[in-house]
Amino acid sequence: MSTNNADDARDRYWAKTRNLTIVVLALWAFFSLVVPWMTGTLNQYTFIGFPLGFYMIAQGSLIAFVVIIWVQNWRQDAIDDEFGFGDEE
Amino acid sequence: MALIQGRFIDNIGRVYGIYTGGFVAFIILMAILEQLGVSANTIGILFVAFTIAIYAIIGWLSRTMEVDAYYVAGRQVPAVYNGMATAADWMSGASFVALAGGIYFGGYGYMAFIVGWTGGYVLVNSLMAPYLRKFGCYTVPDFIGTRYGGNLARLCAVIVLVVASFTYVTAQIDATGTIAARALHIPYSYGVWFGLLGILLCSMLGGMRAVTWTQVAQYIVLIVAYLVPVIWMSNAQGFGIIPHFTYGEAATSMAQFETQYGLNAPAEAIRGLSVLTTPHTGPVGDYAEWKFVTLALCMMAGTASLPHILMRYFTTPSVRSARKSVAWSLLFIFLLYFTAPALATLTKLQLLDPNLPTAIIGKPFAEVAALDWIQNWSSVGFLAIADQNADGILQLNEFFMRPDIVVLATPEIAGLPYVISGLVAAGGMAAAMSTADGLLLAIANALSHDLYYKMIDPKADTAVRLIVARVLLLAIGALGALIASLQLTGILGAVAWAFCFACSGLFFPLALGVWWKRANREGAIAGMAAGFIAGSLYLYYVYTGGTPWFGLDHLRFGIVGMAVSLVAMVVVTLLTPAPDEEIQRMVDETRVPTGPTILGSKH
Repeated sequence: MSTNNADDARDRYWAKTRNLTIVVLALWAFFSLVVPWMTGTLNQYTFIGFPLGFYMIAQGSLIAFVVIIWVQNWRQDAIDDEFGFGDEE
Repeated sequence: MALIQGRFIDNIGRVYGIYTGGFVAFIILMAILEQLGVSANTIGILFVAFTIAIYAIIGWLSRTMEVDAYYVAGRQVPAVYNGMATAADWMSGASFVALAGGIYFGGYGYMAFIVGWTGGYVLVNSLMAPYLRKFGCYTVPDFIGTRYGGNLARLCAVIVLVVASFTYVTAQIDATGTIAARALHIPYSYGVWFGLLGILLCSMLGGMRAVTWTQVAQYIVLIVAYLVPVIWMSNAQGFGIIPHFTYGEAATSMAQFETQYGLNAPAEAIRGLSVLTTPHTGPVGDYAEWKFVTLALCMMAGTASLPHILMRYFTTPSVRSARKSVAWSLLFIFLLYFTAPALATLTKLQLLDPNLPTAIIGKPFAEVAALDWIQNWSSVGFLAIADQNADGILQLNEFFMRPDIVVLATPEIAGLPYVISGLVAAGGMAAAMSTADGLLLAIANALSHDLYYKMIDPKADTAVRLIVARVLLLAIGALGALIASLQLTGILGAVAWAFCFACSGLFFPLALGVWWKRANREGAIAGMAAGFIAGSLYLYYVYTGGTPWFGLDHLRFGIVGMAVSLVAMVVVTLLTPAPDEEIQRMVDETRVPTGPTILGSKH
């Protein structure tokens, strides 16, 4: 019985981890593939003096990647702790 | 030794704080010496010699005869410092020396490298690093060999790793040789061997432990060397201390200069040098967007498959700190990559904007030809001006430059003191050396641990294993230097190839090893072999003059390799039986961050 509970917890843990990863990968694809694809269109707009499309591939997407990883780690740590898998440091 | 190591880990912040202070003091000392009239050559030599001596001392202090310390630095590197070491490991001579120049000449198309080389870390963090750390392997083929089982799978991984890393390392030894030759005034062929000597001093005695602590030191040198000239230049041009958020105007005005001067091909091309023909900010031509996205994708998947990066995350104390360390890595890498477009834009503005005293385009030809920096770089053949329409004015398409020299020449273009050029040379050296170290270690460890210990002589004792690892390190380094001295390829081409080789062969077998429990040995072998062979054949096809399919040229052959690898792996896996219970349980264990590692600590 206790084994079943443990397996069940692991399945739920993995489902949550997987969902978080899917969201992260969707955001990743948006900033690394979709945004650069639209550079020409975005360049018609200006952002803090930059052509927007240029700004995104020079800085915007990069900042997005940094933020994505930090937020992902914060959420993943919360999931780990919820299931008692957060390791001590 | 264990006692000293413990004390060092506790005092690590103070040690590197003193080191950074010492380095800044050294820069100031050099600036004073320059004012006192010491020659530029002497300052260049002092910069390179001083920094290499420091790395060698760190390498010597970190010597070890323990397997865990040699392969994974004892798994006790704190996340922040591992992040710095990874950043140095990651940013190669190509990133440091060639990236800004590439953007200067290539504009939009070239910025795919920037997006690719940062976005890849999202894949490392979500698909690879935490799970491989939980696995507890020493090398990347160690994971493949254990997860899928069998020596054939392990061997395939070793082959892909060696080909990808070796392609990469020759480019790095090439870069150290070029910089050493220029800074120390020795012939290039000696420079290569001198560079190799510096690289081996860092890694021979202490393996991963020595490489880790020298890489942290090298990161500090390279990031200071990259940021100082940009900040200085930005101040001089009135963009403030932090140019990154204020150079928008310069980027916008670029379009105006491009129309004013015209982006035309030169009347008569000069071999090996480029003129500016590509607009700065936007896509142009057929397939421009497609080419951007495919190149970025190859670089990102390559990032997540290159063993010298993945193995850095084996050195952290826990799974959580492995993830944290990926986040730090990306932050440290980001500092350089978001500066590169600023550097490219500001340098271009210096040359093009007629309101600035440094401008040369549109100026009388004789006046420009008399400038010191034009003469210095022309004399070595890296730059040329030619009044091809004989109007006595230097036009944009009459100014020829080798893209590689933009970063190195920028301090001189902007009229900064020579001490800055010496600093930039030391930074380029640090970037190339740190990457070469990581790569050489990845190759030597895979051959000594996976090929020799796991496949040839599983009974070998520790001392023999570590001696074999060091002999291999020496031999591979020598071979790399030999090939580098032949100068077969440019630095950037070789780097892009390394990424494509790695992602063709390893990306899907690694990712699916964690994320698809059904994946089995036959599928993995098929994925590695078919992807790698298809990618290589396609490279051969386009490189020997074949028409690229859909604009997929030799820099992007990883797209073909990855597609074949994915299809082969999935199809073959589904046609063969599922892996046994034990393997499935192993995958379950890999997905949980706590508990003992899959492989024992001293396997």
